Formats: sequence, structure tokens, C-alpha cells
Amino acid sequence: MSAAAEPSHALPPPRPLGYRLADFASRSWQAILLAVPYLWLLVFFLAPFLIVVKISLALSEIALPPYTSLWQWTEDGALSIQLYFQNYAYLIDDTLYLSGYLNALKIAAISTALCLIVGYPIAYGIARSAPTTRNILLLLVILPFWTSFLLRIYAWMGILNKQGLINNVLVFFGVIDQPIEMMNTDFAVYLGIVYSYLPFMVLPLYVTLEKMDPSLWEAAMDLGSRRWQVFVDVTLPLSVPGIVAGGLLVFIPATGEYVIPALLGNPSSPMIGRVLFDEFYSNRDWPVASAVAVVLLILLVVPILMFQHYQMRQAEEGK
Amino acid sequence: MTAAPAPQPGFPDYADKPWLDPKARPFVEVERVVKKFGDFIAVNEVSLKIYRQELFCLLGGSGCGKTTLLRMLAGFENPTSGRILIDGQDMTATPPYERPVNMMFQSYALFPHMSVAQNVGYGLKHEKMSKGERTDRVHEMLALVKLESFARRKPHQLSGGQRQRVALARSLAKNPKLLLLDEPLGALDKKLREQTQFELMNIQAKVGVTFVVVTHDQEEAMALSTRIAVMDRGSVMQVGTPTDVYEFPNCRFTADFVGSINLFEGIVTTIAGSVVTVKADGVEGELEVDHPTPVTVGTPVAVAVRPEKITISRETPTDPDHNCAEGQVLDLGYFGDRSLFRVRLASGRIVLVSHQNVRRARDEERKVDWDDKVWLSWSPRAALVLTE
Amino acid sequence: MRHGRSTFLTVWLVAGFVFLYGPILLMMAYSFNASRLATVWGGFSTKWYGELFANKMVIDAALLSLQIAAVSATVATALGTMAGIALARFGRFRGRLLFSGMVTAPLVMPEVITGLSLLLLFVAMEGAFGWPAGRGMMTITIAHITFSMAYVAVVIQSRLAQVDVSLEEAAMDLGSRPSQVLVDITLPLLAPAMVSGWLLAFTLSLDDLVISTFTSGPGATTLPMLIFSKVRLGLTPDINALATIIIVAVTTVVVIGTVVSNRVQHRRLAEGSRSGG
Repeated sequence: MSAAAEPSHALPPPRPLGYRLADFASRSWQAILLAVPYLWLLVFFLAPFLIVVKISLALSEIALPPYTSLWQWTEDGALSIQLYFQNYAYLIDDTLYLSGYLNALKIAAISTALCLIVGYPIAYGIARSAPTTRNILLLLVILPFWTSFLLRIYAWMGILNKQGLINNVLVFFGVIDQPIEMMNTDFAVYLGIVYSYLPFMVLPLYVTLEKMDPSLWEAAMDLGSRRWQVFVDVTLPLSVPGIVAGGLLVFIPATGEYVIPALLGNPSSPMIGRVLFDEFYSNRDWPVASAVAVVLLILLVVPILMFQHYQMRQAEEGK
Repeated sequence: MTAAPAPQPGFPDYADKPWLDPKARPFVEVERVVKKFGDFIAVNEVSLKIYRQELFCLLGGSGCGKTTLLRMLAGFENPTSGRILIDGQDMTATPPYERPVNMMFQSYALFPHMSVAQNVGYGLKHEKMSKGERTDRVHEMLALVKLESFARRKPHQLSGGQRQRVALARSLAKNPKLLLLDEPLGALDKKLREQTQFELMNIQAKVGVTFVVVTHDQEEAMALSTRIAVMDRGSVMQVGTPTDVYEFPNCRFTADFVGSINLFEGIVTTIAGSVVTVKADGVEGELEVDHPTPVTVGTPVAVAVRPEKITISRETPTDPDHNCAEGQVLDLGYFGDRSLFRVRLASGRIVLVSHQNVRRARDEERKVDWDDKVWLSWSPRAALVLTE
Repeated sequence: MRHGRSTFLTVWLVAGFVFLYGPILLMMAYSFNASRLATVWGGFSTKWYGELFANKMVIDAALLSLQIAAVSATVATALGTMAGIALARFGRFRGRLLFSGMVTAPLVMPEVITGLSLLLLFVAMEGAFGWPAGRGMMTITIAHITFSMAYVAVVIQSRLAQVDVSLEEAAMDLGSRPSQVLVDITLPLLAPAMVSGWLLAFTLSLDDLVISTFTSGPGATTLPMLIFSKVRLGLTPDINALATIIIVAVTTVVVIGTVVSNRVQHRRLAEGSRSGG
């Protein structure tokens, strides 16, 4: 460096007030951008859960609203808080709830597996198509997701019905003599969930499969693997993130599913979503319904956190 | 810098070498700037003085801190400590939109939803200018980069070289005091890069704006700049003209990073005037170096010799002053204009030698070939002693 | 070989699409069935469409649903865009983990939980502040905004992650303050994502049954609620007609939107490579 000492420069004059005000506006403007959705979610997403937890610890009452208050001011001015855990005890006592949870978990798990079995080859087939066909096939997979969920379930009612298409065809060809009862069975629920949640499974699978470098397949084949070996050794392990994401996107909402079991399911072994709905609307027992919701949320907390972890990673990669 | 020759007494001519003038006022001053990201020190106590109308290069490998330093000059990062002055004004805490500095981004960052003219005119929106003046300025800038007929195109309708020129025009439109260029030629292919290099120098000469260029390409840095700052792991290792940095590197890192070099580690045995004698590892006898370096007998040093300064021959060298070594050709790389030899000395040490192919010769006419026993020789003035 | 698809995969793909589209097409075909028995073909007729348009309940419900969908999609797009920009561009800020958690949770949260908790919130708020007075269109709209803004935020965030940050830095370098950069650069680049986010929020709202049921009050019956109450009692041919109308309308909009955006992309790519070559 040059050895000559530089004359030290005087401090610049403070920036004019106008600038500083504009600065503040632009900075707080960013704060507003964040604060508005943040507040909205705090009030309309987080606070409701706290209220559910609170009500699940109250007692049912014939009043408006139909539950007791948790805290009261006693006459000498002290705050008394009363928590009732009997709603939770009740969930264990009455086998209706336990079997509701188990049913829901079982049906969601089996449907998720079925979705994976049906969806994987579809995602793989699309990923291995020529780029132009790929876009069309992808649109065809997404399209049902945009159209009414309720109506798509309704469409199956016409097919599974005793006088529906499947029974008519089977009877016509003499495969069966009597129409089979398919409506109001677990089979119909599996079918309904697979049918309506399939796009949620195919999309994340497709995203991971499409990112995969085709030269990996070629390299594996070049090194002497056959097609199925390439699939087992390369494709399947690399698509695990897609399998996990798709699985969670199906499993979590399916566990709390109400519409599908209500329209297609067996009323004598209801899933927990339907139990909750009925508890709320038929029995008008808000505290028990809240307790049902809290326990369901606790059951799903781990899968939900897993999903969020995946979602955040995806967001950072920009997918 | 230490190695640069002193100007003639009585005729100080600093016009194109202001850094030699003790009275010259630097245009950009970076004072002991430190930038930390968490525990990682990206830029470590860097001080630089850049003068008006210089084309100053920050040269270094990836992660050496050159881009972070550039982003601090632009205002996208705030230094953890230290000051940045531009034209005498402290800019350390000034946001990018209030600095008289513009930047040409490595990715060009052309706004995809705006036409070429809108891109170039974008920065003028904030100037106090009439509409006509603004249009004139945009035309002037497009003329400067020879893209007048492309004004209405969108960036995606341009080639890579055209985009680069739009980015340059856009960053010059506001007539900044200082233009920062992040790998300006990095995205172009080799042929286009050489051509654009000269264009860039011409444009700089025409507009007279001070340029600070970040690059990892030493050839680009040498061809473009008035001075180069070689950076490594957050620190500036050497600042000097391209010749200074190449011919008189002050440390092992610079010697090794800029071009290729043979380094012989050894110990100083005698000093006679400007000639230093070094006993180097892996070389028989002692090496003489004619290079004024302040060293004392017994200091561990490295003798540095560039490959092109070594003569390779099958005959024993005759010049008694030259340093010699005997070896065997291990590898030969033919590059057309020159050939590169890797020669193994008796000790096992490998020496790189570059030989200019001044004569046309067929393969079988080659003077030195694989496995040949050869002599290497170089003059004491061709080598350097490095202490750091 | 690059895009080779084995016969097995092709057959599976075809079977998959038959599975996805068969029931819908069958339902659409039955909407033209003259017979009241939904499963017996009684000749071609459009009488169910006529009956549908004469049914005031259906028209009212459809209008209510469209209003809720339009309002909630618009607010959700605004809030979701803010949230997406904050997540993609504000780096680390205090409370980021909670925020991103609240943004992504509604994507998978079982509807019964969201619906119940929102209803209990509205009841509690009414008790505490007297607002919202009763439940109806307003509460349904708030509920729809809450879950569909999450979808919009995810769409915006992923689009913004693909936008080079140096575009925004370049605008700032050329003298624009951050708020100006948002208007000049960020929002125009996000416009297509905002349009698809709006469409997504609109269809999600139009489609929602469970959350609407929880948060609605007397007198506010949305189209899905009406359909559900009819469908629970069995098959009715006018629902087939309604379904056909909804599906054709949504499909047309989505297909046109996708084709147009693909065209634009293709043209850009083609032009880029032609002059860039």
C-alpha cells in the first residue's frame, strides 16, 4: 500500500430528515407485509386451536355457549380455575372413540399404501414420457383436483350402487346372480380415498422422478443392470422424498376424512372424523367434540411436523 | 508497490499511475473492512485505495471474499467493521439505492418483463430528467454498446453477448461514480470473451468511469486491469499492476495463483550485493537469484521460477552464470504455440518448463522428447526469492 | 431411450386415466338421461338442466358460493402473496418458524379440526366482543381465506424461489427503494403465480363442504352444502346435470389457462434459443 498518510475526511453531514422518514416508511412497510398475514394466522389459525384445547377441558352445559367457563372470580376476588379431564377419560371409556381412531388410522394407512401402488407407476410413466406428452399427462392428473371433490365421490355412488354400473355389468355377464353390496363398506371408502387423493400422491412423486437425471438410469444399465434392477437400485431409493411427501399428503387429511366415509362408508364402524362431526351436531357435546379433535391432532402431530420439514426444504430449493 | 521502479526525479509523471503519486487522493477507500457471516470471516481486514478512472480487478478463487467485498461496495452487505469511502464520502451505511455506484451483475439481472430500452432507462426514473432527456440518454447508452436497433426487444430475445451489453448500458446509464462488475465476461464463451474484453476497455476509456471488476480468471484480470488485488481466504495478498503481480509476486500464494510457477524451498546461504544464494531442497548445488529482497543468511525462503523462463536442452548449458539442473522428461504436453514439459530431477523433484515453439517441426523432428535426459537452465535474473 | 416408457407403464397410465375419468364421464352422460332412475338409461333428455335452472335454492346456493369464492380468493391472494414474499425474501426473522408452520399446516390439516376450531373461535369472539354477530357468509369467507391463503403462499414462495434475487438487487442498485422494487419488479414477476393462486383459492372455496358446514349459520347454504344434503338421501339426476356444468366450466378455465401459459413459455424458450444459439 502507498505509505503516504491520507488526510482524514470529515464525517459526512447527517442525512436529511426526509430521507430518514422515507427510510422508516420503507422499512416498516416490510414489517406490514409480514405482520398482516402473521396476525391473520395467529387469530384465525392458532388461536382457534387454543380455544379447542380450552373447551376440551370444560364441562358440557345446557347454555349458550354450551360449556362451562374454566375460570371464575370467587366472591373474595380470587381467581379459581377448574379443569375437567373427564372428557378425555370418557374417550377411553367409550369404545366408540377408540375404534373410531383405530378405524381412521387403519383406513388412512391402507389407502395411502394403495395410492402409492396405483400412483407410482403413473408418476413414473409420466416422468419417462417425452416432454410434450409429459405436460399433457400432468394436466390430466391435476385436472380432477380442480373439479369438485364432492361430485367426484358422488360419481362413485352411481357406480357402486346396487343398481349401479358394476353390478349391472357383472349380472349381465352372469358373473354373479345377485347384486353385491358395495356401498357403505370399507372397500368403498378405500376406493373413494384413492380416487380423490391420487393427484396428491402422483404430483410429489412426479416432481422427484422428473428431477432425476436420465443418465443415472443409463449409467446403471451401462454397468449391466436390467430394467427392474435399475428401478430397485436407483429409481426407488432416489424417489423416497417424493414417496414420503405424497404419503403424508394423503395420510394426514385422510385420517380426519368426513365426506367420503359419510357418503360411501359403513355407518356401524365410523372413522373418527365422522364421530367428531356427529358428536358436535347430533349430541351437541362441544367439550367432547373438542377433546376428540385434540386427541386427533396429537396423533397427527408427528406426520404434520414431518410434512412441514419436507415442505420447507422444498421451498428453499425452489420447487 | 515495492517492486515498481521509482519515477524519474524531476519528471514525476503520475497521469496513468496515480497510485505512485503520494499526493494523489484515492477515489475509493476501503479501510480495514471485516465481514463476518456468523463465525465465518468472509472478508478479513481489507484495506484498498482505488484511484479515479482505474480499472481495478479483484482476483481470487471461489470463496476468497472478492464478491462479498464487491457487494459491500454496492451496499448489499454491511461491513461488520471498517469503513468504505467513495469520493471522500463515508458510504459504509448508505443503502444501495442512495449510492453513486452501479453494478453489473454476473447473471446480468435484466428485468425479463421490460424491453431493452426500459431496462436501460429504469435507473433514470429516479433522476430529475425530462422525458426527452431520458429517451436521449437511453439512445446514447444503446449506441455506446451498439444495440440501437434492439431497443424494443425483450431480454429473452437476445443472445448472451447482447444481454451482457444491455446490462453494461443499464449500469452506465446513471453515469455512476463507480461501476462494479461481477464476473462481467464469465457467462460468455471463449472467443466472445476475448473480443468483449477489449470492448469493455474501450467503453471504460470513453466514459471515464472507475471500474472495479471481480474475476476468478487471471488472464482476464491481467488483460483488463490497471491494477489487480489478489485475494485469498478473505485477505488481500498483493496489490499491483499485472506486471507486478506476475513478475514480482510478493508471496507464495500470488506466485502460484497467477500463472504457474516452480517453487524451490530452501535456505539462504550467502548474500553478495543483490545476488542471493540459496541451498534448495531437491536441487544439486546452489541457486543464485539476482533480486533485491531484504533477507538474511539462514532464512528459509522459496526460489520461484516461471516455466517459460527456463531453457530446456539436451546439451550441457554453456553460460556459467546460469543456474542448471539435470533431469529426465517425464511428460510432454503439446499446445501448438508452446510445449509444456514435466522434468524429473535426480532427487525426484518435478520441474515445469514451457517452451515456445518458434520453429515448425514434425513429431519425429522434435528436439526434446519423452524420457530424454535434459538440462534445465535459467538466469539468476529470471528467478525471485519469496519469503512469505 | 431417454424417454423410453415400457409397455407396462403405458398400460398402467391408460388404466390410471380410465380410473380417474371414467366415473366423471359416466356421471356426465347420465345427466342427459331422461329416466328419473339414475342408473337406468331412459333416452336422451336435457330436462334436468331445465329443472336445475328453475330451482331457486340451487341458484341461490350457487350465487352464494360464487360470492364467497370470489371474495375469499381475492383476500387470500393478497394475504398469501404477502406471506409468500415474507417467507422467500425476508431471510431469518424472529418467529419465522411459527409463521412458516402456520402457513403450511392448513395444507394437510384435517378439515373437521379446522372447521370445529374456527367455529369455536367465532362463538368465543361473539361472546367476548359481539363480533361476528351470528354466523353466515362472513364467517365462511374468513374460514376460506384462512385455509386457501396457505395454498397461495406456497405457490408464491416457490415461484419467488426461482426468481433470481439479483433482479431485485439490480433495481435497488439503480436507485429504487425496497417498496418501489416490490411494485416495479417483484409483483410483475409474480403476476402469473398470483393468477394461478387466485384460481386455486377460488376453486378450493367453491369446493369446500366441511369447513363451510361448521362455520355457516342458518340461512347461509353454499352449493356443496346443498349438494351434500341432497346426495345423502341418494342419487338425484339433477345433481348429475349440476356436476356436468361445474366440471365443464372448471375444466375449460383450467385447460385454457394451462395451454396459454405453456404457449407463452414455449414461445419464450424458442425465441431465447433462436437468438441465443
